[in-house]
Amino acid sequence: MPKELLNKQDIDRVLARMAHEILERNKGTGNLCLVGIQRGGVHLAKRLSKKIKEIEGKDILVGSLDIAFYRDDLNIRKEQPTVRKTEVPCEITDQKVVLVDDVLFTGRSIRAALDALMDFGRPACIQLAVLIDRGHRQLPIKADFVGKNIPTAINENVEVNLEEEGLEDKVTIE
Amino acid sequence: MKLASKDLLGIKELTKDEITLVLDTASGFKDVLKRDIKKVPALRGKTAVNLFFEPSTRTKTSFELAEKRLSLDVLNLAVTTSSVVKGESLIDTALNVQALGADFMIIRHSSSGAAHLLSKNVNASVINAGDGVNEHPTQALLDAFTIKEKLGRIEGLKVAIVGDILHSRVAKSNIYLLTKFGVEVRIIGPPTLIPQELESHGVKVFHDMETGLRDVEVVMMLRIQMERQGKGFFPSTLEYFRYWGLTAERLSIADKDAIVMHPGPMNRGIEIASEIADGPRSVILEQVTNGIAVRMAVLYLLAGVRG
Repeated sequence: MPKELLNKQDIDRVLARMAHEILERNKGTGNLCLVGIQRGGVHLAKRLSKKIKEIEGKDILVGSLDIAFYRDDLNIRKEQPTVRKTEVPCEITDQKVVLVDDVLFTGRSIRAALDALMDFGRPACIQLAVLIDRGHRQLPIKADFVGKNIPTAINENVEVNLEEEGLEDKVTIE
Repeated sequence: MKLASKDLLGIKELTKDEITLVLDTASGFKDVLKRDIKKVPALRGKTAVNLFFEPSTRTKTSFELAEKRLSLDVLNLAVTTSSVVKGESLIDTALNVQALGADFMIIRHSSSGAAHLLSKNVNASVINAGDGVNEHPTQALLDAFTIKEKLGRIEGLKVAIVGDILHSRVAKSNIYLLTKFGVEVRIIGPPTLIPQELESHGVKVFHDMETGLRDVEVVMMLRIQMERQGKGFFPSTLEYFRYWGLTAERLSIADKDAIVMHPGPMNRGIEIASEIADGPRSVILEQVTNGIAVRMAVLYLLAGVRG
């Protein structure tokens, strides 16, 4: 039976805090854009942009990134990952890009996302925002903005369910 | 979802779901082709060998670009300078290419079934780039991709395929594909260039453009294969154009938004008027661009089957 870690209200509060932190660190929305990693990260990036708009009254560009072609496990997977849309909303060269993902685990997806992003230009900086950091990094990667740190065993499964996928908002562990 | 076979030998062997998977994946690659850096590292470290035993410009360069944009290492075997002219058999050539470390073999050959023969004898993924008068599957896939991109769907359309059906592997692959999607396929051409048993494949045969083109949403013109025209299939190219050439007047019989396709190379003034080939309804050059995205998708998905 999966155990609930965050409910709908928790997720909303966490995102509100992260939006404040992103604005604080970057001193507002100037030259700032959000890029979500398909699929969960894209929904979260859109929610963060809405929060930022509520706080700052400014629109911020949101993009999506598919990392299928950049994964390091294409040779060992049984099936190729489904290819989803990549839409980088603006010229990212000299922009501050906040990469958004749902769960930070081994860090390999983020490595792939960094490579994918670099093929679009040379950002001024890339920051990382994740809803859940569950530990067990295999690469030297660290998030700048973390919704919640959750200590896990390596074989446990963390699920982020979102309304945008037709599910009830919650984070569970099993 | 993944493809069932390590090889792409023909459309005949694919299911509708597999075709849809290729087309969906290809739209991801089409995005890649619009970027400044048109290359992704997906198949880094793997090797593709292009075995072209028949002349080809479009298909060969398209495959080569698709391979390079997936970061594959590419080897082109120029057949006229290889051991094939010394009498080495197709299988021996392939086994040697495999021993060099090929993961993909892309083959074009004048004999129908050449790709099938190869696939039974090598572990590499074999992609049929045209075998005799049998099939040219990646052409049909890029045609389907272009239709879907332009018209938003494939199901339920009316598509006319016009010209030399008898010698056309492009027509055959397209007929297999379109009928799997429930398309009304109309074949138009002189009786001498249409195989007899064709209607049993679920297509309608017409011998004049005026009735065949009525209300179709896609007009697919085929190349008159001049190299095979010594046998008197029609009196002259002038005569052919008069009856089966695509002119503005004939195109007006089709749906008002109908698109015009041609797999190339075109014979202007024989099967198609220049004003149509270069006109606003023509998607002929977009087919060429889409060919790269579709071939990238095929290579990417086949790599997943081999694991």
